[in-house]
Amino acid sequence: MKTIFEKSIQGKRAVQFGKINNKIIKKIDEKFLRKTEIKLPEVSELDIIRHYINLSKLNFSVDTEFYPLGSCTMKYNPKICEKLAMQKEFLNLHPFLSYIDENTVQGALEIIYEISDLLCEITGMEKITTQPYAGAHGELTGVLLMAAYHKNKGNNKKFVIIPDSAHGTNPASAAMAGYSIISIPVDKDGNMDINILKEKINDEVAGIMMTVPSTLGLFENNIKEIIEIAHKYDALMYYDGANLNAILGKLKPGEIGFDIIHINLHKTFSTPHGGGGPGSGVIGVSKKLVDFLPVPIVIKENEKFKLDFNVKNTIGSVASFFGNFQVLLKAFIYIILLGKEGLIAVSEIAVLNANYILAKLKNFYDLPYNRKCMHEFVISAKKQLKNDIRAIDIAKYLIDNKIHPPTIYFPLVVEEAIMIEPTETESKQTLDEFIEIMVKIAELSEKDPDKIKQAPEKTPILRPDETKAARELKLKCDI
Amino acid sequence: MSDFIPHTKEEINQMLKIIGVNSIDDLFSDIPQNLRTKKFNIPEGLNEIEVERKITKLANKNKSDLICFTGGGYYDHFIPAAVDTISARSEFYTAYTPYQPEASQGTLQAIFEYQTMITQLTGLDYSNASLYDGGTALYEAIAIAVRTNNKEKIIIDKGVNPLFRKIVKTYSINLPIKITEVELKDIYTDKDKIKKLLDDETAAIVTQNPNFFGVIEDYEDLFSYAREKGISAILVFYPVSLGILKTPKEMKADIAVAEGQSLGLPLCFGGPYLGIIAVDKKYLRKMPGRIVGETKDKEGKKAYVLTLQAREQHIRREKAMSNICSNQALCALRATVFLSLLGKKGFEELALLNLEKTEYLKEKLSKINNLKIKEGDTFNEFTAEVKKDAFALVKETINRGFSGGLPAGFFYEDKKNYLIISVTEKRTKEEIDAFCDILKEIL
Amino acid sequence: MNVKQGYFYTKDHEWVKIDAMTGKIGITDYAQHKLGDLTYVELPKIGKIVKQGEVLNGLESVKAASDVYAPLSGRVIKINTQLENEPGLINKSPYDDGWIAEIEIADENEIKNLMTADEYIKFLGESK
Repeated sequence: MKTIFEKSIQGKRAVQFGKINNKIIKKIDEKFLRKTEIKLPEVSELDIIRHYINLSKLNFSVDTEFYPLGSCTMKYNPKICEKLAMQKEFLNLHPFLSYIDENTVQGALEIIYEISDLLCEITGMEKITTQPYAGAHGELTGVLLMAAYHKNKGNNKKFVIIPDSAHGTNPASAAMAGYSIISIPVDKDGNMDINILKEKINDEVAGIMMTVPSTLGLFENNIKEIIEIAHKYDALMYYDGANLNAILGKLKPGEIGFDIIHINLHKTFSTPHGGGGPGSGVIGVSKKLVDFLPVPIVIKENEKFKLDFNVKNTIGSVASFFGNFQVLLKAFIYIILLGKEGLIAVSEIAVLNANYILAKLKNFYDLPYNRKCMHEFVISAKKQLKNDIRAIDIAKYLIDNKIHPPTIYFPLVVEEAIMIEPTETESKQTLDEFIEIMVKIAELSEKDPDKIKQAPEKTPILRPDETKAARELKLKCDI
Repeated sequence: MSDFIPHTKEEINQMLKIIGVNSIDDLFSDIPQNLRTKKFNIPEGLNEIEVERKITKLANKNKSDLICFTGGGYYDHFIPAAVDTISARSEFYTAYTPYQPEASQGTLQAIFEYQTMITQLTGLDYSNASLYDGGTALYEAIAIAVRTNNKEKIIIDKGVNPLFRKIVKTYSINLPIKITEVELKDIYTDKDKIKKLLDDETAAIVTQNPNFFGVIEDYEDLFSYAREKGISAILVFYPVSLGILKTPKEMKADIAVAEGQSLGLPLCFGGPYLGIIAVDKKYLRKMPGRIVGETKDKEGKKAYVLTLQAREQHIRREKAMSNICSNQALCALRATVFLSLLGKKGFEELALLNLEKTEYLKEKLSKINNLKIKEGDTFNEFTAEVKKDAFALVKETINRGFSGGLPAGFFYEDKKNYLIISVTEKRTKEEIDAFCDILKEIL
Repeated sequence: MNVKQGYFYTKDHEWVKIDAMTGKIGITDYAQHKLGDLTYVELPKIGKIVKQGEVLNGLESVKAASDVYAPLSGRVIKINTQLENEPGLINKSPYDDGWIAEIEIADENEIKNLMTADEYIKFLGESK
C-alpha cells in the first residue's frame, strides 16, 4: 500500500480550527522560531480513515485469527473491559491532580489500590508497584529492588543467575541494573541443571531469575530445592511471571519463597497487546523488599485513598506516575469479572488446551522433553529438517492457512523450536483445525516439501528480504 | 461470572481422554501438593451488568470535569474523533508485536509512517518505533550518549521535567553514570554555569525546551559548544510546540526525546503515554527499541519488516542496547493518525492556537494584584509568582471547578509561591475569563 | 567448510595471516556460515590497542550479533573500509576480500596459542 505521505496533496485538510490569529507568532522572538517546513501529510479525513482501516486489514489479530504465539498469551480480550476503560471520568483525569488534591481522584486511586490487593492475593506477595510499563520494565525494576536490598544489607553481590530456559529479556534487564550474568543449562528433563547450579552459586550471587513454568512450558521439578539453595546465599528469587497463566489458583510464588515477581497484565489478565504495547509489568515483592519499592504508592487511610511518598529506602521512580493506568483498569475489570472460579478455570483450561494439542502432535513432530506440559509446549521441526523444512517454513505455511504462527526459534535450547500456546479462550473446534493443518504440514514435509517451501502465497507480501532491509537501511518515507 | 471459556463439559472429557488423564487435576501433577495454593481469597466473579455498575461508580468518584489549566508536561489537548476510531480497530489493538511480516504489514507500515513523522517534527535523521514515556526515553537517550562516548558524566539542567530526572536517577543507580544537576537561575537555565561544567569526562548535556516553567530558550550555542568537545547534546522537547518553535535539529541537538502524550493520547491518569526518541544518524546503531525498515519481498514488492534487530535484547542478551521489547505501539499509532489528521497546516495552527490563548490569559493576569508573571517568551505554559502558597491557591481553584495550574513547590523547595499555568486550544474565552476572575478573588 | 592453509586460527573462529610483524585478521568460513548474511561491520579505530582474546570489533547479521576477538595482541594499523558499504564481502570471501583489520603484532610468542590450519580443521571436526 502507498504510504500516507504518498497520498498527500498540497492544500488538503482534515481537522480544521476556523479562524487563526497568525500575527500572534510575533509574541515570540524570531530566534526561537522554527525555520524548516514540517512536511506532514495533507489528506482529507475520509482518505485518512480509509488508509488506516485498510492497513489494519493487513494484520493478523486475536479478533480475526487463531494466534498461538508461545510465551505471549494471546487470549481473547473481553470487550466489556475495553468499553468501561474508555469512560471520560478516567480519560480526562490529569495525573497531577493526585499530587494536588486526592479527593479529586478517589475512584482512580481505589482502582490502583484494589488491583494491587488482588494481585497480592493471586501471587502470594506482600506488596505491589504498578509503575512498570511492560514485562521487561518490570524485570528491570525487580532487579533494581534486588540491588537496593543487597546494598542496604552491605552485601557484595555481582552476579545474577539465569537458566537457559528463562525468558530472553532477563539477561539484558539484569545487566541494566549493573549485574553480570551466570547462565545455567537445562538438564535432560528440561529442568534447570541443579548440579551445575550448586557448582556455580556463591556469595556474590544477588539472585536467580526463573521463568515458571519455564519457556519450555515445563514446571520446574526442583523448584523448592532451588529456592532453598538461593536463600542460603542470601540470593533473592525472581519469578518471571510471563507464564503466570498456567498457575492461577494453583501456586502462589510468594508462598513458596519467591521474593520478586513481575506480572504481564497484557498476558495473563488479558489486556490487549496493541501491536506491541502498551502493556504493564506490575511488580510484587515479599516482606523483605517492601521498604525499597518505587514511589508514590497508593495507601488507604480512614477509608480514603492517598499517595505515600515516604517509603524508607525507595529506589525512586521508574515511571512518571502509576504506570499504564488504563491497562491496570482493564486488568482490574477482567479480574473482578472472572472472580475466583473464573481465574482458576483460566489456568485449568489453558493447560488442558496445550496438553490436548501436544497429545495430538507428538507423533508427528520431535518432542524434546516428553512430559506433560503446562499452558504451552515446545516441539521441534528437527524431523522435518531432513526434507529441508524448517520452523520458519512451517510458520509461513500456517499464515497461508489463516493461523498466526507459534513462536519460532525460541527458546534457544531447542533446535528449530516451535512454541505453542493456545490459551484457554480457544474452542476445541479451533484447536482441531490447527492440529489438522500441523499434521498436514508434517505429511507434506515428507511427500511434497516444495509445497511448504513456497508458502506463503496468499499474503499481501511474500517472504520479505530482511538482509536487504538491514544492509540498505530505509527507515522513513521519501518525502 | 464470566470466564470466556468455550468448552462444553463433554468436550473437556473428550480432550482429557485423548491426553490420557482422568481429570484436569492430573495435568497439574508436576506441581507438588505441598506447594499448592491452599487459600485463594478472590471474590466471586461478576456478570457484565454488575461490573459496569461497579466501574461506573468508581469512575464517578473522580472529578474529571475540572476546567484544566494544569500541565507540567501532560496537557489537556483536543483529540479528533477519528483517532479513537482507528485505535479501536481490533486488527490493530489485538495484534502482537509484528515479528511475522506477512501477518503484520498494517502495524509495520503504520510504525514506518510514525518514524517518518517524528523525523519531520524534530528535523533529526531517525526515530524508533516508540519507548514507554518521556522520562524513560530520556534515560535511553543518556544511555546512548554514555555508550557512544565511553564517558560517565551527565549534565542535566534543572529546567528538565523533575519526574524525568527522577526516573533517570533511579535507572542509573547501579550503572557507571554520574549525574550532575545544574541549579536554575530563578526559573532560567544558567548557561554559563553549564558551560563551565562541560569537561573531558562529560558524555552528555540535557536541557528542555520550553523548560518545566514554560520558558522558551535557544540552546544552539550551548549545544554547538558541547558538540565541539565531543559531548552529546540531548534536548527534551514538547511535540505540539514544534508547530512553531525551533526544532531540535535547528538547535544542534544530537538526540531529542519527548513525552508524546500531547499527540492524541488522553491524560488518563498517567498512561498509557508515549516515549519519543529521535537521533542524528551517527547514533542510529546505538538507539534502543524496535525499528521498522522498508525492503522488498521475493517478488520485488515493497514490504516492511522489523530491522536492525541485532541491537536488541533477544539477540544480544546482556550486551543489548536496552532490555525494552513491548513498547507503546498503539499509542504511536494514535500519534500517527493524530498527526495525519492535523496535517501540515493544522499542526502549525494548533501551536498558534495554544500560543494565542496563553497570551490572552497572560495579558489578563498581568492586571491582577498579588500576581506577577515571570519574564521571558513562552509557548502554552508560563509561571506566575503569587503572594500566597501556590499549593493552597490551586486547591481553592479546585473547589470552584478549575484545576488551576501546578504548584512548583512540589519539586522546587524554594519556589512555593510559583504557579505553573498552562492553556491549551481546548480552553474557551469564557473559561479563561472565569479563571482570571477566580484568581483575582482568591488573591 | 573452507579452511585456508598458512593462516593461524582461534577457537572463536578468527584467522590471522602473519607477514613479518603485521597480522591481517578476519573471521573463518565456518564463522560467516554460522552468522549468516552480514549486515553491518563495526570496524575498530586505527590506533586501537588490543590484547590477545580481547574484543577487536563487532559484527551484525539479520538475526545475530557477534564480537570478533583479537587473535594476537597489537595495534590496529589498517582497516578494511570497504566493509562499511559491503559487509557481504565477509560472506563472499572470508579469507581475502573480507579481511577486517591489520595489526602491528606486539608479541610473537603469542602465536603459539593459535592453531594451524590442520589443527583448526581437527578442532572443527571435534566441536561438531
